[in-house]
Amino acid sequence: MNRGRSLFAGTLACAILTLGLGGAVTAQEPASIKVGYAISKTGPNAGGANITQIPNYQLWVKEVNDKGGLMLKSIGKRVKIEVIEYDDRSNSEEAVRAVERLITQDKVDLLFPPWGTGLNLAVGPVFNKYGYPQLAFSAVTDRAPELAKRWPNSFWFLGTSKQYVDALVDLLSQMRKDGKINDSIAMVSIADGFGIDLSKAAREGFEKAKFKLAYDKSYPIGTQDLSPLLGEAQRSGADTFVAFSYPPDTVALTDQAKVASFAPKVMFLGVGVGFPLYPQRFGENTEGIMSLGGWQADNKATADYRAKHKAMHNRDPDYWGSQVGYSSLQMLEQAIERVGKIDREAIIKELQTGTFDTVIGKIKLDNNMPVKAFPLIGQWQKGFYTGVAPAGPGMAAVVVPKPAWKQ
Amino acid sequence: MFVAAVTSGLVLGGMYALIAMGLTLQYGVARIMNLAHGELMIAAAFAALWLFSSAAVNPLLGLLLVVPAAFAISWAIYRLLLTPLVRRAPNRDALEVDSILATFGMLFVIQGVMLVMFGGAYYSYSFLAFPVTIAGATVAANRLLALAFAAVIGLGLYLYLTRTRLGTAVRAVAVDPNSAPLVAIDVRATAALAFAFGGALVAAGGVLVSMFLTFNANIGVVFTMKALIVVIMGGVGNLLGCLLAGLILGLAETFVATFVDPGLTLATTYALFLIILLVRPQGLFGTASR
Repeated sequence: MNRGRSLFAGTLACAILTLGLGGAVTAQEPASIKVGYAISKTGPNAGGANITQIPNYQLWVKEVNDKGGLMLKSIGKRVKIEVIEYDDRSNSEEAVRAVERLITQDKVDLLFPPWGTGLNLAVGPVFNKYGYPQLAFSAVTDRAPELAKRWPNSFWFLGTSKQYVDALVDLLSQMRKDGKINDSIAMVSIADGFGIDLSKAAREGFEKAKFKLAYDKSYPIGTQDLSPLLGEAQRSGADTFVAFSYPPDTVALTDQAKVASFAPKVMFLGVGVGFPLYPQRFGENTEGIMSLGGWQADNKATADYRAKHKAMHNRDPDYWGSQVGYSSLQMLEQAIERVGKIDREAIIKELQTGTFDTVIGKIKLDNNMPVKAFPLIGQWQKGFYTGVAPAGPGMAAVVVPKPAWKQ
Repeated sequence: MFVAAVTSGLVLGGMYALIAMGLTLQYGVARIMNLAHGELMIAAAFAALWLFSSAAVNPLLGLLLVVPAAFAISWAIYRLLLTPLVRRAPNRDALEVDSILATFGMLFVIQGVMLVMFGGAYYSYSFLAFPVTIAGATVAANRLLALAFAAVIGLGLYLYLTRTRLGTAVRAVAVDPNSAPLVAIDVRATAALAFAFGGALVAAGGVLVSMFLTFNANIGVVFTMKALIVVIMGGVGNLLGCLLAGLILGLAETFVATFVDPGLTLATTYALFLIILLVRPQGLFGTASR
């Protein structure tokens, strides 16, 4: 009985091996291009990953496969994409392990990045070690220029916190010059990567532009009542309220500011203002609220992208990282098709030097980062989250003061 | 400023008490340390959101649907999933360990179901988000409502447990499940009832906080942690203690945020928790022996 079974198993194993070998011999023409990613499907990062990143991956893969796949010149035909996905549970060790597994065991041809600054930094060395392009579009870090030099395979689409702060400071300085706001600012920030980085850059930027920080405090993650902070900010007499917050607090800050009838002339909030739930929740009351990112109202390509996104996922993309992320995938697609085969070194080279057509316009990277390719500061104006800074073509004029709340 | 701090502290504390009451009942009487507490709460929040956004059911009416459903589901969970553990456990401590493991598993099941149904994105809706002025301080109506519910449920259940026959039976089971049958109390039925009631309270808390908090399928553990602190501070199984502990935490956090530094609120919570554990390990209202 036992012998019979092991004989059977042996035969089966041989058969599988033979089949496997047979497959390998004909593998000159890849049956598919394997794309792998580890992303936070659960844990604290899941909220952001599910809005900005996963829908873009799904949309892009579907579009490419609907076309018949990626066109590889080297074999003269289109090859479909096959996706391997892992959950990194918002944990950096898990993310590193999953990426290594994707590379060494699943033998993927390409990798997509994880969500957030922390995890992108965590997996950076692995991407670099195996020479996979890392097109990070949900990471903001002041170390981006340095990282791009150390890991030439890494691309930092959202740039540095200084860029955003500089754009904000320029905008505020102009308002002060026009006599629209006083020179005092109240700032709150979340005590986590994003809040710490941006508030540090902002502190320096505001000081340099001779703004006075009338209130400057940080609060821990998971704070469920922000009314004490809003009360202090209101009493500080500042015309400008700046919060580097995460989505749950961004919503809570808006809600509680409205309840307290605290309508600063400039209200700048953090991540979440560009999320689809924000206008759903606050409707007309979003008018005048500012944040990071922003779209150009007259850009037909992004409007089409939005429609496709909505058709597939039944919700809008977010107004900061989504369009940039989708553009980065378009760039990857064009780079692969220009190279004509899965030659990661050549693809990285093409990404670094080529010029690409994307939904946000033509992009050519400088030191692995886009330059003035998309709005850094946006503002809700008549139900559209429009880009207002840095100054340049396609930017709308900023509206100050923010209108009073409609209760 | 002082009045504002007091009112927002009380309102925040009311929310803390509300989310902890269900757990104190489940842990105190049924002796089930329900680690899936926060997930059940978020499930109720999703139920309220779903009723509100797809069927336009007012969340307060939604309570009438969600709370009885949670009662029935919790009762079924106790009967099907936890009764075998209760039967097997040689003593209370063993049951506590077993229940922690079982509910830890349940946490992932509930979270997984919510992830499949709603994905990991954030959800939020607006209901009763208008300002109410009390003694010169402004608070949101929905948060005030949560405080009112917490006070009514806390006091009401406290009176029920201390003044009625069934309430006395529940307390008897909490104090000594081995002797309770001697006075003709059906321990298992009473424990199941307490667990189901706890589940109903959790659901009520979930529906109420969904009116003002932004949540997603992964956020439950945050509430489990907070609830655990409140339950242990207030004395396990004591609803009045739970209410007071919640209010104390809320006030302490708000005062620290207003007058010292908002960055220290978490530190304050844990410092208070440590002090109580050192000085009164049985909690504010707990009795020293089990």
